[in-house]
Amino acid sequence: MNSSKSIASFFAALLLMLAPQAVFAQANPANIEPMAPEAATPQNDVSPLVGAGERGDAAAGADAYVPMGPEMIKGQPESGAFGFQEQYSKDGQYALWMHNAILLPIITVISLFVLALLLWVIVRYNRKSHPKPSRTTHNTLIEVIWTVVPALILLVIAVPSIRLLASQYEAPPADAVTIKATGYQWYWTYTYPDNGDFEIISNMMPEDEAEAKGFPAQLEVDNRMVVPVNTPIRLQTTAADVIHSFAVPSLWFKLDAVPGRINERIFQVEEPGIYYGQCSELCGARHAYMPIAVEALPRDRFEAWVRAQGGTVGDEPAGETVELGEGAEAADGAGEDAADGTESEAEGAENDTVAVGARGTGRRS
Amino acid sequence: MATTADSFQAHTEDHGHAHDADHKPGFFARWFMSTNHKDIGTLYLIFAICAGIIGGAISGVMRAELAEPGIQVLNSVTPFIGVGDADLNAALHHWNVLITAHGLIMVFFMVMPAMIGGFGNWFVPLMIGAPDMAFPRMNNISFWLTVAGFLSLMFSMFVPGGPSGLGAGTGWTVYAPLSTDVGSPGPAVDFAIFSLHLAGAGSILGATNFITTIFNMRAPGMTLHKMPLFVWSVLVTAFLLLLALPVLAAAITMLLTDRNFGTTFFNASGGGDPILYQHLFWFFGHPEVYIMILPGFGMISQIVATFSRKPVFGYLGMAYAMVAIGVVGFVVWAHHMFTVGLDVNTKMYFTAATMVIAVPTGVKIFSWVATMWGGSLEFKSPMVWALGFIFLFTVGGVTGVVLANGGIDDNLHDTYYVVAHFHYVLSMGAVFSLFAGWYYWFPKISGKMHSEFLAHLHFWVFFVGVNVIFFPQHFLGMQGMPRRYPDYAEAFTYWNEISSYGYIIMAASMVIFFVNVFYALAAGKKAPANYWGEGATTLEWTLSSPPPYHQFETLPVIEEHHDYHNHLPRSDEPARA
Repeated sequence: MNSSKSIASFFAALLLMLAPQAVFAQANPANIEPMAPEAATPQNDVSPLVGAGERGDAAAGADAYVPMGPEMIKGQPESGAFGFQEQYSKDGQYALWMHNAILLPIITVISLFVLALLLWVIVRYNRKSHPKPSRTTHNTLIEVIWTVVPALILLVIAVPSIRLLASQYEAPPADAVTIKATGYQWYWTYTYPDNGDFEIISNMMPEDEAEAKGFPAQLEVDNRMVVPVNTPIRLQTTAADVIHSFAVPSLWFKLDAVPGRINERIFQVEEPGIYYGQCSELCGARHAYMPIAVEALPRDRFEAWVRAQGGTVGDEPAGETVELGEGAEAADGAGEDAADGTESEAEGAENDTVAVGARGTGRRS
Repeated sequence: MATTADSFQAHTEDHGHAHDADHKPGFFARWFMSTNHKDIGTLYLIFAICAGIIGGAISGVMRAELAEPGIQVLNSVTPFIGVGDADLNAALHHWNVLITAHGLIMVFFMVMPAMIGGFGNWFVPLMIGAPDMAFPRMNNISFWLTVAGFLSLMFSMFVPGGPSGLGAGTGWTVYAPLSTDVGSPGPAVDFAIFSLHLAGAGSILGATNFITTIFNMRAPGMTLHKMPLFVWSVLVTAFLLLLALPVLAAAITMLLTDRNFGTTFFNASGGGDPILYQHLFWFFGHPEVYIMILPGFGMISQIVATFSRKPVFGYLGMAYAMVAIGVVGFVVWAHHMFTVGLDVNTKMYFTAATMVIAVPTGVKIFSWVATMWGGSLEFKSPMVWALGFIFLFTVGGVTGVVLANGGIDDNLHDTYYVVAHFHYVLSMGAVFSLFAGWYYWFPKISGKMHSEFLAHLHFWVFFVGVNVIFFPQHFLGMQGMPRRYPDYAEAFTYWNEISSYGYIIMAASMVIFFVNVFYALAAGKKAPANYWGEGATTLEWTLSSPPPYHQFETLPVIEEHHDYHNHLPRSDEPARA
């Protein structure tokens, strides 16, 4: 398998020199390390795997991958909001309930209680109304009360807190989809080892482009991390240079990406939609410009997306389901155009916008 | 006669060589070779104010940049102070340099020098009836090491740091590998590390000095359980410094050898571990936050008792609550690391241990309230700042309980909620106690009364300002805005803009503060020995304002009838003018 991969790569590289456009239409993409986001971008000018003809058919079918448009954004910050983002994972909903029903009332009452006590002593025991101070310095009962009662309150908090932790750290089931997120200065890559190990390079979408398309600037990316909805995801994080942190507030998820280590946590999205997050560990100059966008799709659409990236579903070998049509050159990503939400846009095959699938690394040797 | 206040001040009348106790060296010898605890305390306070101005100005640049999305301030500030070109990457790197400098300056060169170096040096010997600190010359080198550390940090801002600019842009935590040659190839981080070495060495020496002084130089009869709570707080703080700072020194030394001598303590490719650095850093870092607040607790206790005209309620509980906070503070460090990939059981332990700290902290809050309960409260400026402290520290404390939950922290970690939390306990907790202590003791230090009107005005404007700055940051954090971002998505604009307006209000209050200081020094009324009256009962109030250059040449005696609250000689009761 490995040798055939490298032969294919070599072949691809050879053809690349002769006629890049044709090669990309017919062979699998060249295996280029993601040294820099810019370097990877030209590779994306054409989508190598989906022939125009085939895509035409697929567009009509149910399982064609079309990136979601702005109407599907579920997890994003809201201007002027007071609380948390709405939650789209079970743990997130539990954590939000715990915060809103237990923690927030308790801390509000305690703060107001202390404020009330202060106002009371200010009014009642100021020098005018109470010129003669008492000499009371001890009261064992009250001291026991204000030690024990806070301890009991903490116990009340501890029970759901421990339960939440236990739930967040449940081991993923054997059939969970594995995704590995790797932090780079300053972008993310997502690989899908269970699905042929292809890799997605995810850069922040340029701000004017995002605004033009109706996506939130600094949150939208060129290629999203696509996940199946209602399916346990085994998310593994690591980093290539410095520490980054993979965070999605609307899924109540944050896990550091540490070079030399792999962290793993279960992750499950309840509804199809787009969920934004941002790198949450200081990682150098462009720390603010490496957002995270998770797109949750129904299982069949997810599988179509996987195939479109050159990945595999189940035990099938890579690329088997992809029929490359004639004249498939310059097949543009169903991606960017379809961001408008109309599938017919996919016909704009000559369009040179960035395709959604970065490239497959199924051929990586 | 032997116990009257006058005889504490000097033995001039007895010996006939006038002004012996007030014989001061020349200017250079007095201020640059000082061994006098009061002069060194004054130097520390002046130093802390200078560092605070720089650290506060940096936060002004930060709030200006964050007032709206996009990069519009940094790209002009960066070339203006000569640390980079006007290009975007240099500006972004400079942002990281600013947040790093702001954090390190405020922690190591503002709060710590002011609390421990300034008020600790001034008032620990006075309160325990000692003529000076145990090691006066070591006291001197503690101060100058701190200054040298500050200069090293300032210098680091002007030498190459990250790939795209000058200065150390690692955050005050200096996490590897962003701080190793991977993320910060230039020498700036070496200078920042050296700065921490110097300041840390100064603090360790200072801590040994305080411990020795407090254990050995208390006035006859002043048992540990008769010591003022401020002295207790400095004692506990000194132990925390002594135990925590060597761990920081080890961590940053390992970082230094990783950077320069090819070791791989924090580099996985050589068998090291970046998370090891975080464990070491936070083993120091968490006690450090108590180092910054405990002396404040002590000052608030003195002030609340003074202006309630009542002894502190539950003195032993108050003292041992600080000991408990200090002890438990050493076993909760990994709550700063809930998202690094800790084991679930580890997270459960650190969740539970962290919440335990709320109990002794609650004891302190309620004891302050109980001290006032039944008292006769007078709202002089220190008391107003103390009341503000108690409320705002409570608000900062309860958000700490929220963050203590490892599962909840998954969302809030490294967001503005955390920024809001620690500024409520530090920028409002520690700083309110510093201002309370300032107005409480400034006339004692300078001999001049400040304006109470300006001090109250300062309080109200500052109170409004800091709340407008930091309260909206809770909302930003809950909506997911990460820390240490110079730029943000449109949706975060609303609260950021309000937060930046708050900075202007806060800055205005600082103008009032400085006007008050200059007014007091230039035209303030002469301060009597005890300008707070009946409630002020610790030994510093038996001395003139300012105290003589050498005090307690005849030691005061704490007798059987003295308790932990009242240390005045019998003839001084009731209050003197």
